[in-house]
Order: sequence, then structure tokens, then C-alpha cells
Amino acid sequence: MQEIEQLVKMANQIADNFSFHEDAVDRLEDHLQRFWAPSMRKKLIEFLDAGGDGLKPDVIAAVQRLQFP
Amino acid sequence: MNHQIGTVVSLMVDGQKVTVPGGTSVMQAAAVVDIKVPKLCATDSLDAFGSCRVCLVEIEGRKGYPASCTTEVEEGMVVHTQSDRLNGLRRNVVELYVSDHPLDCMNCSANGDCELQDTAEALGVESCRYGMDGRNHQDAEKDTSNPYFTFDPSQCIVCYRCVRACDDIQGTFALSVDGRGFASRIIAGQSDSFIESDCVSCGACVDHCPTEALTENTIIEHGLPERSVVTTCAYCGVGCSLVAELKGDQVLRMTPDKHGQANEGHACIKGRFAFGYATHQDRITKPMIRENIDDPWREVSWDEAFRYTADRLRSIQSEYGRDSIGGITSSRCTNEETFLVQKMIRAAFGNNNVDTCARVCHSPTGYGLKTTLGESAGTQAFNSVAHADVVMVMGANPSDAHPVFASRLKHRLRQGAKLIVVDPRRIELVNSPHIRADHHLAVRPGGNVAFINAMAHVVVTEGLEAGDFIAQRCEDEAYRHWREFICNEQNSPEVTERATGIPASELRAAAWLFATASNAAIYYGLGVSEHSQGSTAVMGIANLAMVTGNLGREGVGVNPLRGQNNVQGSCDMGSFPHELPGYRHVSDNAVRKLFENEWNVQLHSEPGLRIPNMFDAAISGHFKGLYVQGEDLAQSDPNTQHVERALKSMECLVVQDIFLNETARFAHVFLPGSSFLEKNGTFTNAERRISMVRKAIEPLAGMEDWEVTMALSNALGYPMNYSHPSEIMDEIARLTPTFTGVSYEKLERMGSIQWPCNEDAQEGTPTMHVGKFVRGKGYFAITGFVPTEERTTRHFPLLLTTGRILSQYNVGAQTRRTANSEFYSEDVLEIHPFDAEERGISQDDWCGVSSRAGNTVLRAVISERMQPGVVYTTFHFPSSGANVVTTDNSDWATNCPEYKVTAVQVSHVSEPSQWQKEYSAFARRQEELLDKARVSD
Repeated sequence: MQEIEQLVKMANQIADNFSFHEDAVDRLEDHLQRFWAPSMRKKLIEFLDAGGDGLKPDVIAAVQRLQFP
Repeated sequence: MNHQIGTVVSLMVDGQKVTVPGGTSVMQAAAVVDIKVPKLCATDSLDAFGSCRVCLVEIEGRKGYPASCTTEVEEGMVVHTQSDRLNGLRRNVVELYVSDHPLDCMNCSANGDCELQDTAEALGVESCRYGMDGRNHQDAEKDTSNPYFTFDPSQCIVCYRCVRACDDIQGTFALSVDGRGFASRIIAGQSDSFIESDCVSCGACVDHCPTEALTENTIIEHGLPERSVVTTCAYCGVGCSLVAELKGDQVLRMTPDKHGQANEGHACIKGRFAFGYATHQDRITKPMIRENIDDPWREVSWDEAFRYTADRLRSIQSEYGRDSIGGITSSRCTNEETFLVQKMIRAAFGNNNVDTCARVCHSPTGYGLKTTLGESAGTQAFNSVAHADVVMVMGANPSDAHPVFASRLKHRLRQGAKLIVVDPRRIELVNSPHIRADHHLAVRPGGNVAFINAMAHVVVTEGLEAGDFIAQRCEDEAYRHWREFICNEQNSPEVTERATGIPASELRAAAWLFATASNAAIYYGLGVSEHSQGSTAVMGIANLAMVTGNLGREGVGVNPLRGQNNVQGSCDMGSFPHELPGYRHVSDNAVRKLFENEWNVQLHSEPGLRIPNMFDAAISGHFKGLYVQGEDLAQSDPNTQHVERALKSMECLVVQDIFLNETARFAHVFLPGSSFLEKNGTFTNAERRISMVRKAIEPLAGMEDWEVTMALSNALGYPMNYSHPSEIMDEIARLTPTFTGVSYEKLERMGSIQWPCNEDAQEGTPTMHVGKFVRGKGYFAITGFVPTEERTTRHFPLLLTTGRILSQYNVGAQTRRTANSEFYSEDVLEIHPFDAEERGISQDDWCGVSSRAGNTVLRAVISERMQPGVVYTTFHFPSSGANVVTTDNSDWATNCPEYKVTAVQVSHVSEPSQWQKEYSAFARRQEELLDKARVSD
């Protein structure tokens, strides 16, 4: 599995696990910010910029808010 | 019994007044005033038995000569331990023993370490008036079947100590006495040899034998040790205190330390006997380098190795960027070593690309317990289990993986505590001598979160909540949200039954048992954490403990059983890429400032890469250098093909280890490590207990591991200058709020310390969350069940789960190099008879195990311990390739691999898998390249 495929899979999995919360997107954004290395976040942002095929809606919403140092 | 708990009794012993608690034996009361009553069958670690008749005393007003070990004190009692009559009786008894046990002490390996010898001397018995012409046992055949100790019946005095130690301390009940009177003899099992019996080689019988009847083979061969060093075991997370006994620089035996607070004088086959690896011929004691992994190794000086390594790592950073390198700390190394590695990575590498092998075992524990309770650690001391009324063991197999804790647990269960086992397999605890689980909930792999939610659902919907506890101790709003969530019918045992495989009625009964206990404790292991929802399951466990009020006192709690000796410590020491020591996030400016001031360097505020992220980045081509201390990624991490690809992608892989392990076969630099016997430091066990590791012999390679890391850091241009690990601990204490009261001086004084140890808890903290949680109020986390993506299909219809066996340890690098391999010499596939028959597989057949990740071949063991549809193996032998089959699925929150759920097909095959053939060829080639280094030496 390519690195970006793995990152998409992981992000979607996190979204599934936060989907039980009303503030799922906030939690997802916070999780990515706190636990993912900047290089991983950057790849996800670039992937979304390139279309983001396969990303779940909550992931898209969270990634759009992600800060990159 | 003629006393009441809490009463105090005064008596006179040999004219001295003694005051002791009611229930104390006369022998113990005498010991209080330093009066030693001669004895043979009594020992302070076993209940009195009264068989040897040597400890007779006279008690005024009482007829006869009662045994002081079994006679309880009474108010006003007047005891005499010495008189001509008593000494005469004792001599007669000892003489009878000697009549079948000649005092040929000078020719005995136990000379100087024999209680019969001591007692005979004390009583002046130098010979036996009866001679040796009568019937005796001097020709009895020795049992040499166990590789570690010998049973010599001719030296046995049938005092039952070994039997009682096996029963009462170990809890295995492997030994008994056969026959009566003169014919009495100790037997293992049904008169089997030791090796064929149920004996688990814990060594308790050897420890308690008063003569040479049960003796370590090393003592028989080399004689008694001359010196000893108290240290801490380097195997599992129980962290037993052991006494290394040596003659010169040779460790002759390791014995359990009676004063050890984690183990209280007990040990297991690994800690007690499997230490020979430390001086095994496979040890590599000289640094080696090579340009490419196809090149022969070249032995070099330490200086050249450090220069070469620093140059290559800096060169990589120049070409690929600061974040292109990282490092891995090990849960097998000391706190001081892991602290230094993460410091070097953050300060010298200049990034946070540090991770630890806890990533692949208990990282979900850190996330789950920090979220719910506020601290990434278990809540209790091990001895807390003695106060538990109900114990739930979930996804853990302590009999094999944490045997000394298992013995404590079994002791409590034999006293009447109830047991709930949640495990896909029928583990030993479910049905063992004098123990039967009240409920064995054979959860399907992947069903943990559904299970734990269903337990809480029953508690809440059936009105079993601990209302006062929740109101006082937990966040109200979070609780109300969670309550609404957990009450949803989707979490009921009936609905979750499909996911868990557990009949709803049995789950409800287990929930009632747990919730209505005065004290209910949860112990869990990797069967909880190594799942795609490992973190969620840990939070669910914390929720269950909170909703039933089972936190903050003895006998309860949430207790992760850590796999390796220093999992807790390596996590405490800031080994995760997002946390500095003490579990503080790298983005916290105030915390970072504290470290920057101490370390005189600017630190990165963003999290680094985790181990699986490093692998992915390596394959993508932007992660090129890795320093690995004491961890074997190539064997222990999942999806071996993926790991191997990542390791081959490295331009500089540095491995520091005592052996050329599987990972080192892909390395460019090998830095020889030191075993736990060769260094000073501390380990922190699963109960947060910090214990001293003390150097027993000089490091074979000339440097302790912390010195190697320090030298490498200096070569990289970041100065470190410690003269002893105690200085590293002092730095840890300065920087870590939960360690501010820890020092080597205090550890020496107290023996061990359970953190937090600071101004609020100067003697440490055995039980956490007393009165309030570390985070203030307990947080009920929503734990929605998300089924794993790893599903069974027509092509992969079985679920594989993995684990450990008693005699082997993790990747086996240590235990495979000991006689423990005589107990377990290969990984096997356990399969239920139905599944085996359906596939035409018989016992010992070779089975192909195929998953979406890869294929391997293992020998079949047909076992009803398995449930149909589930197969099991261990991962102790590299050629087995257990992780060739496991996938790169991982926990959503932490990336802890989902080792416990892999969909597989099993078929009868006749040859090794392709991976195994390639592995054999690669391993052979690497051995040749190593041999070339040795030849050129």
C-alpha cells in the first residue's frame, strides 16, 4: 500500500471512530494536529487539493481546517 | 482458631516478654526476640505444616512437646525453647533424618547451603548411631529430566516444602507425596519425570528445598556462588526482583528476592533460569560497520563506529532534510537509556521522530487511560489483587505471559474470589488446578468493544451503577452523554451477540457478577490493545470501572499487564513522538521551554513519525536513517514484507543490540549492547514500580548502553556528559513532575518506588486516583463499536490471533538462546478439531497459513482450547514468519497494529512458504557476512 493510501485509510478510520460525537470534525482536526507529523498532514492536504478521492466527508472538513507549520 | 483479628497477645519466651498479634505462631513470636527455634520443614514464606518435629518446645501447663511452627500464641503463655529434654528429642529426630541422609557434607554441592547440615551442627549431631546398614534411599535414581535442576531423592527428607511451594506459591500443584512412612517420596505429576509433569519450572521447589534434593544444575556443576547482586528481571512487565549469584564473573543462578516488592520471593522459568543468553556465543561484542547490506561486516573501534554513524546520519539530513532520520527506544532497556535516546533524537537529530516498541503493544493504553482517567498507567499495585472479590481478565494470559502475577491471582481465586475470563481461547486460567472461571466469555476476535459496551449497557439499564461515585468523581455532562449512548439498544448483549459471539444471557450474568462485587478489578493485556479499536476498548474498560465505582482503592482498578519489563518506563520517558517525558505534549510551550533550558537547545513543537509512519515514509523515499536500540522490528512488527521493504530503503540503519537480530541483518552499523546483567539503571514495571538494575558483571563490549548513546550524541555534536545513570535519573526528576521525588538514594533506601513520587507523595503512590482522578473528574468516553475492516471471507474464512507461551519471550532473542527451547522449540498453529478435520489436517501436519498480507507454514496442533473459526500462533521464532501473515491494519488512535485479528485460510502443505525459503537464504547469507567479520578479527 502506498503511503498516501495508508494515510487516507487511517484518516477515514479516525473519522469513523469520532462519528459518534456531535463535534466529530473538531475532534478529528484536533487528533490529526496532535498526533500526526506535519509531513503526514501535508500529504493529506495535498491529496485533498488534488481531488481527495476516497476521503470521508468529515475528513475533508477537518483537513480543510488543518494548520501546517 | 482462638484469636480474633486485631487482638494483641503477650507471652514469655525463654524469660523474655513478647507481644505479637493474635494468630502468630510460637516460632514467629520467638523470632521477634531473636530466638531461633531449630526447624526443617518451616519457612517464613509458607504456611506452617508441622511435619519435621524438630521445632518442638515446652509450654508451661501444657502436656507434651508441641511444634512451635503450628502452635499459636496465647495470652500469658510461658514458652521454653531450650532444655536438655528438648535438645535430646530434637537430636533424636535429626539423627533419624541423617540415618537416611549421611552427613557427607564435604562431598555435597550444597555444603554450606543446607538447612539439614545447619540444624545437625546446631544440635551437635555429627554422626548417626544407627549406621547406614538398614533400609535407605541412597540408591534412589536421580531425575535429571529438567534442564535447569536435578531432583535427587536420596537427599530428600520429605519435608513437603517443595509440594507446598508448588501448591501455595506457584499454584500449579504439580508435586505430591506418594506412599506412606518409609516409602514416602516426592513425585511430579502421576510419578512422571519433572519434564513430563505439569511442572512449569518456576523454581519455587528448588528455592524451598532445605537440602540438596532439588538443586540447580549450575550449582551441582560449579559449586556455590561467592557473591550476589540484587537486580531486576529483564523479561515481562511484572519486574521481579532477583538476586544474581555469581562465582567470579560467572552468574551461577538467579534466585527470587524475598524482599522484592513486585514478586515477594517468587519467579518464573524465564527470570529464574533463562539468563544464559547473556553470555551466549552469539553475543557480538565489537562494533561493526558496512556500506551496504550485501557487504561483509567490518569490525571497527568504538570511535570509528561513532564517527562513521554520525557522518552518515548527518549526511542524510543534509541531503534529505532534518526529518529524514529518527530513532526507536526499547522497552527492554532502562529508563535512563530510553530517556537518553529520546533526548538525543530531539536535541541532536533535531526532530521528534522517536518512537518505542510500546507502539506495537500498549500505546492504546496510554491514549485510553490518559483520556478517561488522566494518567497513562495502571491504577494498582500487584498486591491489590489480594483484596479483589471479582477479577475480570480480558485479553491477557497471565499464566504464560505474567506468571508471577498469575500466581498471586490464583492464590486469591483459591481463597474464593470470582473470575471472569474474556478471551477467544480457553486459556489456562479458565480451568486449572483448584480454579475454575465463573464465566469464560469466548469473545470473537474483533468483538472487544461490542463486549465492553454490552457489559456497561447491562450495568446502566439494570440499575447497577455506582451513583454516588459517579456523582462525586466523574464529569456530569460527559456521563450524561455516555449514558444516553450506552443505553442504546445497539449496545445490548442481545444485539452485540453477533459481534462478540457471547451468549447474551451469559454476558448479563457476568455483568451482574462484576457490578455487584464489593471490589471488582480488571486486568487486561494485548488482547485488548492490539486491535483496530484498541484505544476504544481501553476507554471502555475505564468506563466500566468508573460506572461500577471500582477505582481509587485497593482490590479494584484498571490494570494493564505490560508485555515487556520496561514498557511503562519507556513510555514514561518520552519515547512517543508527540510527548516529552511525563506524557506532556510537545506543543506545550511551557513544558518545551523547561526542557530547552535544561538541554540548551531549541525543540520541535510538532509531533514526529510513529514506527509505522516511519516505514511508510521510508518506502516513499523521504525517511532514510534510523537508530534502533534493543528492538527487533523485522521480527516483531506486522506485515513482515512491508517492514523488510522499509528497512531495505534505509541508507543508514543503526542497530544497538546484544545479538545480530533480524533487524540487524538489514543494518549498516551494529553497536554491541549490554545485557541487564552488565549495566546500572532502573526499570518501571506494570504497577509503576521503579526498581534498580544493578551491574553484576562488566559489559562484554566494554560500554553500557547509556554510554553508547551518549558517545553517539557527542559524535553528532550534541554534548552529553554523564558519569553514572544516577545523574540521568536526577535530570529526569528535575524535568518530570511525577518523578521529582525519585533518586537512586531513595531507591536504595526504599527498595523500589511507585510513581507518582513527588512533594504530594514522597514515598510513592501504590494506588492511583484515590479521592480524585489525575485529570480531576473522570471522563466517560463515547466508545462506539466500529467493526474492523479485517473480515473473514470465502477465501479467508478463519481468524488468526497471536500470543505468547510461558517458556519463550517475545521475539525469542533471549529465550531461544537458553534451554527454554527444550520446552518449546517452534511456533505452532493451534486449530480446533472441526476446522482441522474440514481441511484434512492432522496433528503435527504442516499447514499453510495465508492472509491478505502473506503466507507462512506452521506445524498444526489440534486443540479444543480454540473456538471453531479461530486459529492461534506465537511469534517467538523468526523462521515461523507469524508476522508475514499479520496485516498493517492498526488502532485508529495510536497505530498499534491489529495483531489479534487476521483473516486467514489454512491448508495442508508439504513445503515451507516462499517467504520462508527466501528468509532462510537471506539469513544464511547474512550469517556468512558476519562470519567474514569474525574471520578477519
